[in-house]
Amino acid sequence: MPPRSRRRLAVLLCVALPLPASAACGDDDGGRGGGGGGAGSPGAAASDLDGSITVFAAASLTDAFGEIATGFEDANPGVSVELNFGASSSLREQILAGAPADVFASANIPNIDQVVEAGEAAGDPQVFARNRLEIVVPAGNPADVTDLADFADDELLIGLCAEEVPCGEFGRQALANAGIRSPAIDTNEADVRSLLTKVQSGDLDAGIVYRTDVLAAGDAVEGIEIPTEDNVMADYPIAALRASGNPGTADAFVAYVLADVGQDILESHGFGPA
Amino acid sequence: MPTDVTPRRRATLRDRPPAALVPLAVVAVAFVVVPFVALLQRAPWTDLADLLTEPVVSDALRLSLVSAFAATSLSLLFGIPLAWVLARSRFPGRSLVRALVILPMVLPPVVGGAALLFAFGRRGLLGGPVYDGTSFLLPFSTWGVVVANTFVALPFLVVTVEAGLRSADRRYEDAAATLGAGRWTVFRRITLPMAAPSIGAGALLCWARALGEFGATVTFAGNLQGRTQTMPLAVFLALESDRGAAIALSLVLIAVSLVVLVPLRDRWLAV
Repeated sequence: MPPRSRRRLAVLLCVALPLPASAACGDDDGGRGGGGGGAGSPGAAASDLDGSITVFAAASLTDAFGEIATGFEDANPGVSVELNFGASSSLREQILAGAPADVFASANIPNIDQVVEAGEAAGDPQVFARNRLEIVVPAGNPADVTDLADFADDELLIGLCAEEVPCGEFGRQALANAGIRSPAIDTNEADVRSLLTKVQSGDLDAGIVYRTDVLAAGDAVEGIEIPTEDNVMADYPIAALRASGNPGTADAFVAYVLADVGQDILESHGFGPA
Repeated sequence: MPTDVTPRRRATLRDRPPAALVPLAVVAVAFVVVPFVALLQRAPWTDLADLLTEPVVSDALRLSLVSAFAATSLSLLFGIPLAWVLARSRFPGRSLVRALVILPMVLPPVVGGAALLFAFGRRGLLGGPVYDGTSFLLPFSTWGVVVANTFVALPFLVVTVEAGLRSADRRYEDAAATLGAGRWTVFRRITLPMAAPSIGAGALLCWARALGEFGATVTFAGNLQGRTQTMPLAVFLALESDRGAAIALSLVLIAVSLVVLVPLRDRWLAV
């Protein structure tokens, strides 16, 4: 990923080269004083922001947040954004264990709630995006899956995410909403990506994943919409973190995600508005 | 023919270790033990009984034991002949074959699992035609777990047994042969008994590796309680929601390993 490695390089250079800190890399103290002004108008030249922030974001946000980070950096030339993607539950554990993060964007509410309860969030989390579920089948839909009722068919190879991860919890809710009491599940995958991979390779006939995953997989899979009355919306909350060394820039990043420019990027990746 | 090979154990048996080795050995033991102590310290002792009586635990434990023993049996069946061929016969490309056999040891298990899927999956190289003809499918079945375990554990048996065969004194085999024993009889009556300690050690390593297998299993066989969910998979998923349950499951895995490894190692590797 070129944008990320470029940011890494920039950070390395800041550490390694004896340049005047404010000129080359910015310093944290400057950002702390004047961050609030830029937060409300992220599109405008918020030149009083600088320093670097680390954003912990759910794996399903990989593409969208890569784009958002680049946009945020372009709008704030003194700022660099480090992105760390992972399962929301792993990121939560890392934050609670004291990992140096400035912003946390989770794929579900409970994970960020635990961070709030531990007193690690700065302010209340805000929902910035929603993700719908979709049935995913291999390209060409070889098993002729049409709706959630097919998930009760013993003859088909059906995969879900494990109950322990959000997509598994939501998938089971959707099946319950559709009246499927005993789905014929053949595997409970540890995360949504491994489920998607097994559908993509044709080893599974169908699974339930997020709409954004179906879009990201391109032509290798097909998505089948789940009716709104059965569907479950995954809310994505975001919050700046208490331990941030650069709270002004962290707040500004959150504001940027919630503003039109961030929302447009999220929408282009298949997320629904908050 | 090597005639001056003295069994090493006779020379070192009564020697006390050089003083310089002792602190290093202590560091090595501490390095392994400290994380386990830390794990014990985090264990949810008060809830342990409740956590461990859940059916998910007994299902996973049973499946882990069954699949680890099955993988060890398959490894013995195919691995001993392979080790013999690698140790005793000369053919072009032997080094390449040996490197290929060891490959699963260095491959990230998840990659191994993906490779198994490409080979034996429903649209795989071999799995595709087999499925089309017979509807038989390895992934998402207990056999898939056994295959994944065997794939990662087999090299441990082959490497150990090959080393044992190479260091064995071949004069006994030669003597048996000159006395008229056929090749099969020599293998059965002389080679196998002489290689028994290395076969035992290899089987233990193989079993231990299979018992802890995670990456290849979850990638190739999937995860379903009672069918493909082994202990390591149950631990990994418990970690997503409940750290205490994950540690409790790990303790079971550790206890079972110790119960098997401690007495058997003493019996098979007694020197």
